[in-house]
Amino acid sequence: MSADRPFDVRSVRRDFPIFEQTMRGKPLVFLDSAASAQKPAAVAERMADFYKHEYASIHRGVYQLSEAATFEFEKARGKIARFINAANPHEIIITRNATESINLVAWSWGRKHLGTDDEILITGMEHHANIVPWQMLCQETGAELRVVPLLEDGSLEPGAFEAMLNERTRLAALCHVSNALGTVNPMREMIAAAHAQGIPVLVDGAQAAPHMAVDVQDLDADFYAISAHKVFGPSGVGVLYGKLALLEAMPPYQGGGSMIHTVSFEKTTYAEVPARFEAGTPDIAGVIGFGEALDYLEQIGMSAIEAWEKELLDYATDRLAEVPQVRLIGTAANKASVLSFIIEGAHPHDIGSILDQEGIAIRAGHHCAQPVMERFGIPATARASLAFYNTKEDIDVLVRGIHRVLEFFG
Amino acid sequence: MDDLRELYQTVILDHNKAPRNFGELEDPDRQADGHNPLCGDRLTLHLQLDENDRVVDVKFSGQGCAISTASTSLMTEYALGKTKDEILATKALFHELVTGNPNEEGSTDGLGKLAVFGGVREFPARVKCATLAWHTMEAALNNDEQPATTE
Ligand SMILES: Cc1ncc(COP(=O)(O)O)c(C=O)c1O
Repeated sequence: MSADRPFDVRSVRRDFPIFEQTMRGKPLVFLDSAASAQKPAAVAERMADFYKHEYASIHRGVYQLSEAATFEFEKARGKIARFINAANPHEIIITRNATESINLVAWSWGRKHLGTDDEILITGMEHHANIVPWQMLCQETGAELRVVPLLEDGSLEPGAFEAMLNERTRLAALCHVSNALGTVNPMREMIAAAHAQGIPVLVDGAQAAPHMAVDVQDLDADFYAISAHKVFGPSGVGVLYGKLALLEAMPPYQGGGSMIHTVSFEKTTYAEVPARFEAGTPDIAGVIGFGEALDYLEQIGMSAIEAWEKELLDYATDRLAEVPQVRLIGTAANKASVLSFIIEGAHPHDIGSILDQEGIAIRAGHHCAQPVMERFGIPATARASLAFYNTKEDIDVLVRGIHRVLEFFG
Repeated sequence: MDDLRELYQTVILDHNKAPRNFGELEDPDRQADGHNPLCGDRLTLHLQLDENDRVVDVKFSGQGCAISTASTSLMTEYALGKTKDEILATKALFHELVTGNPNEEGSTDGLGKLAVFGGVREFPARVKCATLAWHTMEAALNNDEQPATTE
């Protein structure tokens, strides 16, 4: 379990069976990890084993199989807590994805604390998942959604966030890393500024957790949302971290089994945290599979991952700069893993189709961040996004593919 | 021809670069918006019709990929002078051409220049780009209130 083992991308790639395949007769160059990451074999194997030999309902059974499954599930919760350095595994709520984690806070915390004349502050680089739940909440409560503007490089306007915090602000909901631009926000400082005025902060960490060591205590985040599928785990599992005191004061989100203490037709009392927020049967195997993904990441070490991805991002940025027709959207000084770009005269959708013929998977579109597209006056971008299993050869293939695009649209 | 050359035929690239009938009509009889939510393509179609529902003028504006822009441009060229019934019949043929079995060659009978979209069926992700124009045309001809969408 040494985190100091030298990082070797060749050996890492052997852990991901998908890279043994070819696409359209060419080696797969997967540059869409920001949408969803590939999985190490260990995750699929752990889930298959669990289904084959260990499966049972959790938290209810009085028989051994169920007790063992419950133990494995709760062990995974502990791994998640350790992965983001939460003080207590009870602060880890299992959801379906980051979107549900944010909605949970909007429904439960938001409906309790928001009223007319209140404000919620977000940034101009949010994913729709961190816009729409707040918009819905504002519509319902009469509160106002305010947006911190972006500079041309895709970073936040300096000082704007601090200036927009005021006595009406009830919550700041901020992405740690932008999925459309790659910008890494100075989260620790932003949270400190909000806390100085007594304002809690929800962090959308969907794009941060796959790329850097996240420490919710060091950040002092009040809420932190993650999707397992972007962190090399299965789809269908998400995480909401919340400070225990905040969670304990929140009403339930959904009603049903598991989240109650006692139920009669007259009155129901609710379970303790986190069970209060986990109504119904969760994705048991998925959570255990996510635990396996986190073990895998721990073995490699998040600092090694961060260092390799920085090298890759710098290399990719330089290589793309060699193609004068390519314009990067999002050039902030502090960036992670995302290369959003446009090519004069070539629509991102056409870029995507041509690259696909070369076996290269990228995303073309608005990336569920339409306000970002509007800010830059473009309908869409092509987006290549990296993970630690990518190589410099992947970038070289991408650049060759872009030259192929230019053959048609140059 | 490789698949890409099949998709991006010279005529398509040309209409993408220099779309025909691009712009707006001053006072259109019919107008419809088309929207492809997947890629954000947007299109507005303006029609002038005579008393027999024959297209006597047509313009389009908006923003889209090469397939979508060329498809709209070629459709407007085709539609000029045609009646509503003729256009809707061609829409059905066009739809069959671009959505048919990718392993079979589609029939281009009656499609004239529109046959250049025969390569699209091999790119299922691009079918909606090619058909957005025609959905929007149908909405305009039927005077639908709702914007046409590919979803
Ligand atoms: C920044 C950000 N937030 C939230 C989400 C939503 O993730 P999910 O669809 O897994 O809920 C995404 C996914 O693209 C994202 O990039």
